[in-house]
Amino acid sequence: MPLTSPSTFALRALTFRDMKTRTTDILIIGGGPAGSLAALALADAGFSCVLAEKFPLKVQREASFDGRTTALAYAGQRLLDRLGLWEALEPEAGPIHDIIVTDGRPKDRFRQGGVAPGFLHFDSRLLNDDNDPQAMGWIVENRHMRAVFLEAVETHALIQVKAPSNWQDTKIDGARNLVCFEDGQSIAASLVIAADGRPSPLRDHAGLRTTKWSYDQSGIVCTVKCEKDHQNIAQEYFLPGGPFAVLPLPRQRANLVWTERTPQAKALMTLPKPALMEFLQDRFGDYLGKLSFEGPIWSYPLSFHIAEKFYSDRLALIGDAAHGVHPIAGQGFNLGIKDIAALRDVLSDAALTGLDIGHGAVLERYQSWRNFDTAALAFGMDGLCRLFSNDLAPLRLIRSTGLGLVNKSPALRKFFMRLAGNDIGDLPSLMRA
Amino acid sequence: MRLTYGAFAPLASFWAAGFDAARPVITKNETFIPVTTSIDPSEVEKFSKIAAEWWDPKGKFRPLHKFNPVRLAFIRDRICEQFGRESHQRNSLAGLRILDVGCGGGLVSEPMARMGAAMTSIDASERNIKTALTHAKQSGLEIDYRHSTIEDLVAQKEPPFDVVLNLEVVEHVANVEQFLEDSAVLVRPGGLMILATINKTVKALLTAKITAEYILRWLPPGTHDPSKFVTPDTASAPMKRAGLDVDPPYGVSYNPLSDQWRIGSDASVNYMLVARRPAAN
Repeated sequence: MPLTSPSTFALRALTFRDMKTRTTDILIIGGGPAGSLAALALADAGFSCVLAEKFPLKVQREASFDGRTTALAYAGQRLLDRLGLWEALEPEAGPIHDIIVTDGRPKDRFRQGGVAPGFLHFDSRLLNDDNDPQAMGWIVENRHMRAVFLEAVETHALIQVKAPSNWQDTKIDGARNLVCFEDGQSIAASLVIAADGRPSPLRDHAGLRTTKWSYDQSGIVCTVKCEKDHQNIAQEYFLPGGPFAVLPLPRQRANLVWTERTPQAKALMTLPKPALMEFLQDRFGDYLGKLSFEGPIWSYPLSFHIAEKFYSDRLALIGDAAHGVHPIAGQGFNLGIKDIAALRDVLSDAALTGLDIGHGAVLERYQSWRNFDTAALAFGMDGLCRLFSNDLAPLRLIRSTGLGLVNKSPALRKFFMRLAGNDIGDLPSLMRA
Repeated sequence: MRLTYGAFAPLASFWAAGFDAARPVITKNETFIPVTTSIDPSEVEKFSKIAAEWWDPKGKFRPLHKFNPVRLAFIRDRICEQFGRESHQRNSLAGLRILDVGCGGGLVSEPMARMGAAMTSIDASERNIKTALTHAKQSGLEIDYRHSTIEDLVAQKEPPFDVVLNLEVVEHVANVEQFLEDSAVLVRPGGLMILATINKTVKALLTAKITAEYILRWLPPGTHDPSKFVTPDTASAPMKRAGLDVDPPYGVSYNPLSDQWRIGSDASVNYMLVARRPAAN
């Protein structure tokens, strides 16, 4: 079949001749956490927004829709606080007061397993003067985050929701990007934001290419109920198959992000739950006592991608549509928050000087702010992951020594804590202290 | 390469500000018959193409697009101070009557209109006016574009404006004194005039004339006549004579390392003047 059949053309002509065109400052495609947060941040700056989402909004709040969790860095939390979202989210967010990084190997048939000598302790008391523990970040379940964001979206006077909806085509028409939808409606926006996730059909439609590769690793994600209190300590345990993270959740639960080489992960996923628990405890140890699974267990292949450019004609990419990084340092969504905060500053400045918010000169500022920053961080995390995900003796020695050295220097530890807290570099206004 | 380019970006901005070869130098003897400019439908495509060139952020007007946010913020802030407006409001210039002299393709007029100003924008080049009109229509903005000159506005007894913008124009007029006195007539009591141009210094001559025209060949040789560059004092004098109070000059400089424009104290190449007509008692 030819790529564009006559019927497609007829359909396009029909949809662009359009029965109804709505006009808005900004159209956001994708109502996930990044898209809905972008709508809230931009509407807060006075822009009218339409949020178009493929699924009905209520589906997104169901636990089965997204069982994953997100690490929220403390500078990103400032943005949620300023947008008035934090109050509703805080009861569901598990604060991280300490992070302990260790290098080790799991128990197996031949070896006892255990922790290598060097370790690293990030203590939040280092970040503030009064020596009280303060959260360096929070772990939140995605379903709670989605619920809080969408609730705010639905009540915001400047945000209109179009869901469920599927866009069909886009066309630049003067100072507008005209997007037509399957239901025959079109929306004319000064700027369209692609928040449609990792595969981002809108990014591909605009011809923005990505650099990508897949890791030979998969992430197994689950929530466990613990016998003992986790004391708000996050553990990052580097095992040869990949990092194993224990992330504190409220109500004596922990979220586990267990990375394994993909074939092993696939095999593990076929096991019945009690057998899987045995493998899990080999890695986890018994410091939190007996564990029991809560909710579904998820597995997905890990990959890296970054768009070569974060904008094109009247289109800006944010969140996973722009980049996807290894979850090793829990930075994925935090990069997205920074995209949103930076875009808000750029668009606000532009609007206050009367500039066209969809113009390339404006979007280029967003690009130069975010693209390099993201690439630097992404490659850094890629290196970190490669350094740790192996069992080679010389690298093991370097790792142990490195962790030990960083642990001896409060300045270095502070630096890494601020780095992980997304509190470094040229911060957008909503993320500043 | 980037550094070389960046170092001379200010020059391109002059050129970009509307003195490409198509733009005639205005002499006192030339009279423009003011006409309501309209665009023949057959010409729309042609002017859309020219407009697309003006608005291409990566095209030949790139330095101007880079500079525009800085100078727009500067202009907005001076106007807000003068008229007691809030610069953090979207429509900070609502209702103000503003004249943009030498508007080119409308790179300043359109943002000013978006900030709420009632714009009257004139240019001596009909091609520029048609280009600007075409683009404003695409942007959905109402701007009173006229193919006209300041002398004609004065001759026609145009009512004075709240603000008169003379951005990168005086270095192209035949009689600076007359031009500035005429401009001053169009500033209402309590109103403001903002002027931007090139200083008459050796540094300005080296960068704005020799490098741009003969070394980099960005401009056709002869585009700028360095004898028309004016010092802040020379530009201030006729405005003062016409009854305006003139602030000390603001320097406009470019840092090629950070690729950033800045408004500060170095007025040796590009500078801006802010002048006010005292309010009538």
